[in-house]
Amino acid sequence: MTMSTLTAPGTAAEAGADAPDPARLRRRRALAQWGFVAPAVVFMLLFFGYPLVRNVVMSFQHYTPKTFFTGEAPFNGLDNWSTVFHDALFGKALWHTLVFTAGSLLGQFCIGLALAVFFSRRFPLNGVLRSLILLPWLVPMVVSGVVWRRVLDQDTGVLNSFLGTIGLGGDTPWLTSPGMALLSVILVNIWIGIPFNMVILYGGLQEIPKELYEAASLDGASAWRTFRSITVPLLKPVITVVLVLGFMSTVKILDLILALTDGGPADATQTLGTLTYQNSFVQLDFGAGAVVGNVLILISAVFAVFYLRANRPEGK
Amino acid sequence: MAAHTPAPAAARTGTRGRRRLGSTVAGVLILGVMLFPLYWMLNTALQPDSGLLSVDPVPGSLDLSGFAKAVEDQGGHLVTSLVVSLGAVAICLAVAAPAAYGLARFGLRGSRTIVFGTLITQMVPGIVIANALYNSYVDLGLVNSYFGLMLADASLGIPFSIVLMRSFMVSIPGEVIEAAQMDGAGPVRTFLQVVLPMSRNALITSGLFAFLFAWSDFMFALTLNTTDDVKPITLGIYQYIGAHVGDWGSVMAASVLSAVPAAILLVLAQKYIAAGITGGSVK
Repeated sequence: MTMSTLTAPGTAAEAGADAPDPARLRRRRALAQWGFVAPAVVFMLLFFGYPLVRNVVMSFQHYTPKTFFTGEAPFNGLDNWSTVFHDALFGKALWHTLVFTAGSLLGQFCIGLALAVFFSRRFPLNGVLRSLILLPWLVPMVVSGVVWRRVLDQDTGVLNSFLGTIGLGGDTPWLTSPGMALLSVILVNIWIGIPFNMVILYGGLQEIPKELYEAASLDGASAWRTFRSITVPLLKPVITVVLVLGFMSTVKILDLILALTDGGPADATQTLGTLTYQNSFVQLDFGAGAVVGNVLILISAVFAVFYLRANRPEGK
Repeated sequence: MAAHTPAPAAARTGTRGRRRLGSTVAGVLILGVMLFPLYWMLNTALQPDSGLLSVDPVPGSLDLSGFAKAVEDQGGHLVTSLVVSLGAVAICLAVAAPAAYGLARFGLRGSRTIVFGTLITQMVPGIVIANALYNSYVDLGLVNSYFGLMLADASLGIPFSIVLMRSFMVSIPGEVIEAAQMDGAGPVRTFLQVVLPMSRNALITSGLFAFLFAWSDFMFALTLNTTDDVKPITLGIYQYIGAHVGDWGSVMAASVLSAVPAAILLVLAQKYIAAGITGGSVK
């Protein structure tokens, strides 16, 4: 394993230099090598690059349900943009997206970190418990949404019957009141995100040299002090990665909200993701959908910059 | 051993042992809270007669009629999910593995840009992709087709697989590859007969995740299908709750069935999954 970085790629190739036509051979080899990479590049250009460009173009086009019969989507300047930005729902969706993302990340991260610290202790069954806790993250998100919809049901859900039994109300309209729904959706998403945060932060914690903790305990540092002066600073790169990846997967969420509330009640859980979906695939106004989608991309792009910064030391 | 240990030390191991046991108890409680909703899914599925009533904490008897109904209504969609997911895994590995090798070893000009681009794709929201893709799929006749959905689902796993496998293939010793070349193996044979077998673990991890991503996909299933021809289980369940609001028993039974692959993979392939989560996201 230690030898792996010693051989620079390409040196082996020079061995064939005494062949009849070196330039031609080299070209043929380069072509063969690109053959390995080209399919993936083409695939990613088609499935990631092209949609980005197409969405920008679409946002200046007038789509109607008829477009799919006639194939005509005339350009209409800034009409889609001004319609979307003048619609009160857009501002609402933007606000919900930010609240949803911030709330989810805060909850997932804090609980995930607490569990990562907890599982860093040594105790029997640690490994088994730690891997079983991944299950919520592996179940399809739309299925988790459906299950929680049952759990949170106002009249017959188990959460309300439990709260009623211990005398803490028990008739909260978790998903059916506009005032509660966003909070409930955030809580469910925290539940989904905890395992992911925990696993990555746990991995980061194991990288911190044990000697540092021993030294700290010899110096008589308190647990809190050790956590703040050793754990947090050394964990910082991993923390950045977790938060940025969390941000990018949370800000675009769609499955969970559709399964829990379909964006309701009274648009109380409408986010940029669900609004894009509604505009394009329910109203069949793909131009308006593209506008909201572009805003979503713009927000993600800002955070992609953070992500790449966090990745830079690793990227070879 | 314990008999020879002096008393104070024994007392100390005693408290430590008790503290460890206390941690285990706390860990079990945490797991219980985290898995409770999934328990409730199973529990509700086993009480199909509860309808819109409250569900008992534990099923009184083993009533599998909810599962029978779920299989009847959703069995076909489970098969669709399986076919689409396996197809997506095949496409994903066929595209990602050679690329990972090329990016890890050939030192091609532009490799850095491609790796950079691969990382960037993680920020493109799926709904934005679906928005543009739907229109192209209409033009290409790929809407409501198995192949179209497989391609879209493969896109969920390809960037992840490239990053994961590349970081593994970088660490394959150069001597091994050179030796193969000395023996006269061309790049394709070297890749198929030397690199791939050595990268078995990375391949398995990538394949598992590509499968889970495709199996969990809801967005492409929802947006790239306008008829019932290609309906995976995620879409089936979503439409089921719209139509069968009163029949939670069979909805939950279908949910249990859709969660089975995740559970099986977690038990059988634990180490690959933990490796994938950390490897694919941090590196």
